[in-house]
Amino acid sequence: MNKVYNNRAWWLILPMLLLVAFSAVIPLMTVVNYSVQDVFDANTRFFTGTEWFKEMLNDPALQAAVLRQFAFSLTILAIEVPLGIGIALIMPKKGWRASAALILVTMPLLIPWNVVGSIWQIFTRGDIGLMGWSLRELGYSYNITSNPVDAWATIILMDVWHWTSLIALLCYSGLRSIPDAYYQAARIDRASKWAVFRYIQLPKLTNVLVIGVLLRFMHSFMIYAEPFVLTGGGPGSSTTFLSQSLTTMAIGQQDLGPSAAFSLIYFLIILLVTWVFYTAIMNMQKDNNKGA
Amino acid sequence: MAEITLKSLAHTYLANPQSPQDYAIREMNHVWHQGGAYALLGPSGCGKSTLLNIISGLLEPSSGEVLFDGEVVNELPPEARNIAQVFQFPVIYDTMTVYDNLAFPLRNVKTPEERVHERVMEVADVLELTFQLKRKAKNLTADEKQKVSMGRGLVRDDVSAILFDEPLTVIDPQLKWKLRRKLKEIHQRFQITMVYVTHDQLEASTFADKVAVMYEGQVVQFGTPRELFETPNHTFVGYFIGSPGMNFLNVSASEGVVWAGDTALTVGHGVCDAIEKATSSNIKLGIRPEFIEVHAAPVEGGMPAQVDHAQDLGTYSIIYLVLGGISLKARIEEDQVTPAGKAWLRFPDERLGLYVDEYRVEIDHE
Repeated sequence: MNKVYNNRAWWLILPMLLLVAFSAVIPLMTVVNYSVQDVFDANTRFFTGTEWFKEMLNDPALQAAVLRQFAFSLTILAIEVPLGIGIALIMPKKGWRASAALILVTMPLLIPWNVVGSIWQIFTRGDIGLMGWSLRELGYSYNITSNPVDAWATIILMDVWHWTSLIALLCYSGLRSIPDAYYQAARIDRASKWAVFRYIQLPKLTNVLVIGVLLRFMHSFMIYAEPFVLTGGGPGSSTTFLSQSLTTMAIGQQDLGPSAAFSLIYFLIILLVTWVFYTAIMNMQKDNNKGA
Repeated sequence: MAEITLKSLAHTYLANPQSPQDYAIREMNHVWHQGGAYALLGPSGCGKSTLLNIISGLLEPSSGEVLFDGEVVNELPPEARNIAQVFQFPVIYDTMTVYDNLAFPLRNVKTPEERVHERVMEVADVLELTFQLKRKAKNLTADEKQKVSMGRGLVRDDVSAILFDEPLTVIDPQLKWKLRRKLKEIHQRFQITMVYVTHDQLEASTFADKVAVMYEGQVVQFGTPRELFETPNHTFVGYFIGSPGMNFLNVSASEGVVWAGDTALTVGHGVCDAIEKATSSNIKLGIRPEFIEVHAAPVEGGMPAQVDHAQDLGTYSIIYLVLGGISLKARIEEDQVTPAGKAWLRFPDERLGLYVDEYRVEIDHE
């Protein structure tokens, strides 16, 4: 076949370009626009340059929120990933039990964020909530509105309950795709259960786990509705995460400039962490001694 | 190192088997002697892999016993049988280097590291993997991976047996030949019992001293490649071994004459007597294409036949003949004249096989 060179073909990418422009570039540019100006009304605005960015980066409340956010995301990842793998490993592989387990595991994923927050809000109430009441009856003065440790533990528990299923389902599908021959070969090689996990199952799960960890990281880094409904960010600001700080600033206080600058910083943090994580994993899989 | 005995072994994948067709392995007895190189040959779905998995312990037989050196091992899992098995598709541990892959079966049983090193280096040398040892197994080509799979079977020098389940399927033809020779070499060097499953007769006969031919869940013949060729015990062996397979004619005898349909065959009295003695009506006369004498001119005792067409395969040709309505194939060497139109055939008595109900019966040639 002859290759025909025709530069008019460039027009063919126009629809894609328009789509991306409306879905990403234009909204993002609005934010960029606000982040470098101080806007008073439709006719009054001043160019501020990097001022908002400096202010945001030096704001102690926001710095604390960033640290809190990292602490939260890393904690839930440290719990959800091993737990999800564990659940996937013990989930039945055949028959009606497999279907039943799948439905049960999937259930929490189907519940909307706000509803999850409300469920846990009621669940943890000391007077009528099953968990709150039980803990009190057991002699522990459980109170998420006054005790930051209780509030933290509850939010983490709630997130684990809501999202471990995602990791479990991803791993379950990953495990199902391992051919029987691998398990047979491992038995022939007299591998222990641990060795089977370490050298067959875990390596085959790497790809789904990368996706799972990335999704869970991004998701948890943006968490908003659940803690907002459950604790409202309190007690004090102990459970105020980044998106809640941002919302308060942008909607509550109408500080458009600083919140635009902050949004961009927020976005860049997620992008950076995701990129570092992804690159690190991909590098780990490379052959270090090519042809040695 | 062990002698493997299969005693009234049968296996079915169904819960309630009704007829013999429901069995993947029909009741059989068989002995694999210590140190032998065996092939298990048969078409797809004849139960070869099932049998192999029963020997290695991946499958438990429905009935009968598997004995290693006289000891029943039915209940033992593969880990406890100390057996190595290489599968059709390469199984490697992705994250490990080639070295670690080869060392894995030894390290699993806590072999001292010096011994591991010694064995791995030896096997890597035999399989020509020495230069790949430090590479991650995941980045190898398919045939290198399969060599690693094989290597994991070979590093264990104390195994009862090594079982190969069509291990060369994914390998290029040229390398296939090399690896087969390598396996043979390894067999001679280590004297381990090896059972090699394949559906390729050439592979079976180049690797094995003795070949077991399987058909519909049964071993129909166990013998040297030569025996399989010259005296097939079962029509299936005749048909499956050789290229092309044996010619079979449905025959009957009356008043001292052997008939194939309406055609009288010129064959010895022994054949006729044997046919008359048979109690079944399913009687076939078999002759290999290599053994049919084809003459371009009438000869004494020659049966006239039509030449349909000939296929030139370089060093020899296959000619397709019609003898009284029955199609036959004959193989003639390149220096022989290929007859055109008409040919005269002779069936040498000592090359004929008589099959009653598909099994060979003796012919007394006097």
